[in-house]
Amino acid sequence: MTESIAGLEHQFETLEQQHEAGWLGMWAFLATEIMFFGGMFTGYVIYRWAYFGAFAAGSKDLEIWAGTLNTLVLICSSFTMVLAVHAAETGERRGQIGFLLATMFLGTVFLGVKGYEWTTLFRDHHVPGIGFHFSGPYQNTAQIFFSFYFALTGMHALHMVVGVGLLTFLLVKAWRAEFTPAHHAAVDIIGLYWHFVDIVWIFLFPLLYLVDRHR
Amino acid sequence: MSGVTVSRKTYAGVWGSLVVLTLLTAGIAYLDLGVLNPVAAITIAVIKMALVALFFMHLRYTRIRLTYVFTAAGLLWLALLMAFTWTDVITRHPIVPPPPWPANDVTSHMSIFKAK
Amino acid sequence: MSMVQTAPSYLEDGHGLASWLLTRDHKRIALLYLVSIIGFFFLGAIFAGLIRVNLLSPQGDLVRPQTYNTFFTMHGLIMIFFFLIPSIPAVLGNFVLPLMIGARDLAFPKINLLSWYIFIVGGLFTISAGLFGGVDTGWTFYTPFSSIYSNSNVVLTVIGIFIVGFSSILTGLNFIITTHTMRASGMTWFRLPLFIWALYATSLIMVLGTPVLATTLVLVALERVFHLGIFDPSRGGDPIYFQHLFWFYSHPAVYIMILPSLGVMSETITCFARRRIFGYNAIAFSSLGIAVIGFLVWGHHMFVSGQSVYVGMMFSLLSFLVAIPSAIKVFNWMATLYGGTIAFDTPMLYSLGFIGLFTVGGLTGLYLAAMGVDIHVHDTYFVVAHFHYIMVGGAVMGFMAGLHYWWPKITGRLYPEVWGRLAAIITFLGFNLTFFPQFILGYLGMPRRYHMYPPEFQALNVLSSAGASILGIGYLLPVIYLLWSLRRGQVAGPNPWRATGLEWQTPSPPPTANFEAPPVVREEPYSYPTWEAQID
Repeated sequence: MTESIAGLEHQFETLEQQHEAGWLGMWAFLATEIMFFGGMFTGYVIYRWAYFGAFAAGSKDLEIWAGTLNTLVLICSSFTMVLAVHAAETGERRGQIGFLLATMFLGTVFLGVKGYEWTTLFRDHHVPGIGFHFSGPYQNTAQIFFSFYFALTGMHALHMVVGVGLLTFLLVKAWRAEFTPAHHAAVDIIGLYWHFVDIVWIFLFPLLYLVDRHR
Repeated sequence: MSGVTVSRKTYAGVWGSLVVLTLLTAGIAYLDLGVLNPVAAITIAVIKMALVALFFMHLRYTRIRLTYVFTAAGLLWLALLMAFTWTDVITRHPIVPPPPWPANDVTSHMSIFKAK
Repeated sequence: MSMVQTAPSYLEDGHGLASWLLTRDHKRIALLYLVSIIGFFFLGAIFAGLIRVNLLSPQGDLVRPQTYNTFFTMHGLIMIFFFLIPSIPAVLGNFVLPLMIGARDLAFPKINLLSWYIFIVGGLFTISAGLFGGVDTGWTFYTPFSSIYSNSNVVLTVIGIFIVGFSSILTGLNFIITTHTMRASGMTWFRLPLFIWALYATSLIMVLGTPVLATTLVLVALERVFHLGIFDPSRGGDPIYFQHLFWFYSHPAVYIMILPSLGVMSETITCFARRRIFGYNAIAFSSLGIAVIGFLVWGHHMFVSGQSVYVGMMFSLLSFLVAIPSAIKVFNWMATLYGGTIAFDTPMLYSLGFIGLFTVGGLTGLYLAAMGVDIHVHDTYFVVAHFHYIMVGGAVMGFMAGLHYWWPKITGRLYPEVWGRLAAIITFLGFNLTFFPQFILGYLGMPRRYHMYPPEFQALNVLSSAGASILGIGYLLPVIYLLWSLRRGQVAGPNPWRATGLEWQTPSPPPTANFEAPPVVREEPYSYPTWEAQID
């Protein structure tokens, strides 16, 4: 019977069917995430068009080095993630553990930089709702910019935290040598999630940090 | 998941491109290209997304073609939301109050239409 | 062919609370959902009853106006998110989908169970908001009232709705992946029962639309807590942006609520007319058509909001188009009925009622799609009547049809047919008495969401409230006789309706693994004339 195949769940006939279902399931879930972030992106687009001056002023207030650094950090984390997948494909336990740890480390660095940015904004009274004050002509509309900044980066950071949690789950399984070249779907699938969160940031970086920098 | 093991060299090449593109987009932001600034930024972001999706997420290598349908659907639906909302915002006219009702229309016997 | 049962039925396979609360079996999860949504239905019905009692008199002073506002808000929220949206998919779909495609379970059984727990947690949040005094914004949470000025429990409620949205998303993901990857050998897409096509289209909407609702609710909650200003006109915000985000989901949501019922119709009408379905491809593609075009029409809720007139015209035109696939279905069912041998069993009575009431609801939707007419009837009882014809006359009757049709499969028992027919007729009569007067009221100008009304509208309101009490009886009866049937109902065999479909080729109730061996499909669906010859 099918139970004798290691890791095959009872509802599936073959491992290939199971892997295909898991793979497609994650892609379908990522489509929902596109729509989730997309709703906020839509608002951002509308208000940037309506209040370009405020958005430019707000954007310039953000620290570009932090944004660029974070972008590079996430790109590196996607690289280490895909190397972890490669290690799972080739059955290298040490590689899996090492690259998963590296990815988690880089993810944590990202969150640390983000925490620094938020603290700075808080100190400068640029957090909407918590004593917001933006000097210059854009008091109200700059608050809209920062609202989207915090909503978008906050949601993104939440997804990063979940991602680090998922990586921890993978790390435990990798430590226990549970991944084989034939059966390592979880690494692939969680990798997809991690790359997606990276892609969201790839768009957030120019939209939030690079509005009208040259002025 | 694709059955094909992509080489680490390919991954490194993609990683290198992503780093270069990031530095490029940050640098271009300091040049005054007018309306091309956001165009360039988004174009570079789309290229980076494509690199991550095609190579890191194995879209280029997967044999499960339904993946493309799911990805396209997600992007298309987002485009739909943005396009229709956007079209509203840019084609609105200011709202002008309508002229007063004539006194002899058929609803004037109904209490809810009587002026207070 | 003997049906020797070697494995216990799913009801016998494990006893005790843990075996139910920790089950992975899609059939048990369906029953968990059934009990939950019935509970929510009666809670929502109580609020409806309170509304109708308040509206018996023009002064409408049963309760304070503020309290009345919480009544219609809670009624809408509970009925939409905790009854209609999950009803057919999470109950009938969960139970029947794997059986219909010849699978042992859904693709992700644990996620299926998780979706039920998420549903319950979301429900608890919303109920607790009710206990703390409710929310008075209407289920539509329009800003800036919901985000700034309302003094009710908005944040608690939106958290509940946000949570329950994930239940919907997970169910949709499960159904889509299952349909793509787990069909039995020989079950090609065009041999699938049309109920599966309907569930698939519903799942597309759940997956692509619900996340936008989630984002919207997050923004409303943040705005309310942090006074952001993104929906506040006095600070440069745009309330219409909220409405775009809200209705981008909430219009397709109404198709989530009706598409599964449309799917049930194809099953019941073929079975009880003993006929092949007329126009299989048309019905299958029209389900997809409704799902897709349904995403393009949301602005018809916003004709008077201040939205661009040009965009309004576009939405109006698209809203006319979306009626076409629905009409195609109705024509095909009529053609299926024509020349059939019609049995007036309870599922068929509900189905025939559905066709009539859904048609009325759909046609009145066209009135509303016309911008010029909508200007006058927007926010009146005309709209209320329109959507209740679809949601209650349509979706709920479709649910009842499906519940009665698959009851023998789910429980192994037959319900008492006489009582079933009686309840169906009472429901039909009570429904029309409740909601037809509301078309007239709306057309004459009675606004919705008002606790009071001008005295000339009282007669019609009293008729409507009287109808509601009859409708209530129509819904109470099935609870009684269906429960009765669990112990005293006649034992149903595998196929009491002599219907086609894989779900009828396994015992009633089915064993946990659904089939002794994975079925192989060689026939077209709804092959009624030849089917009779086979089993005689």
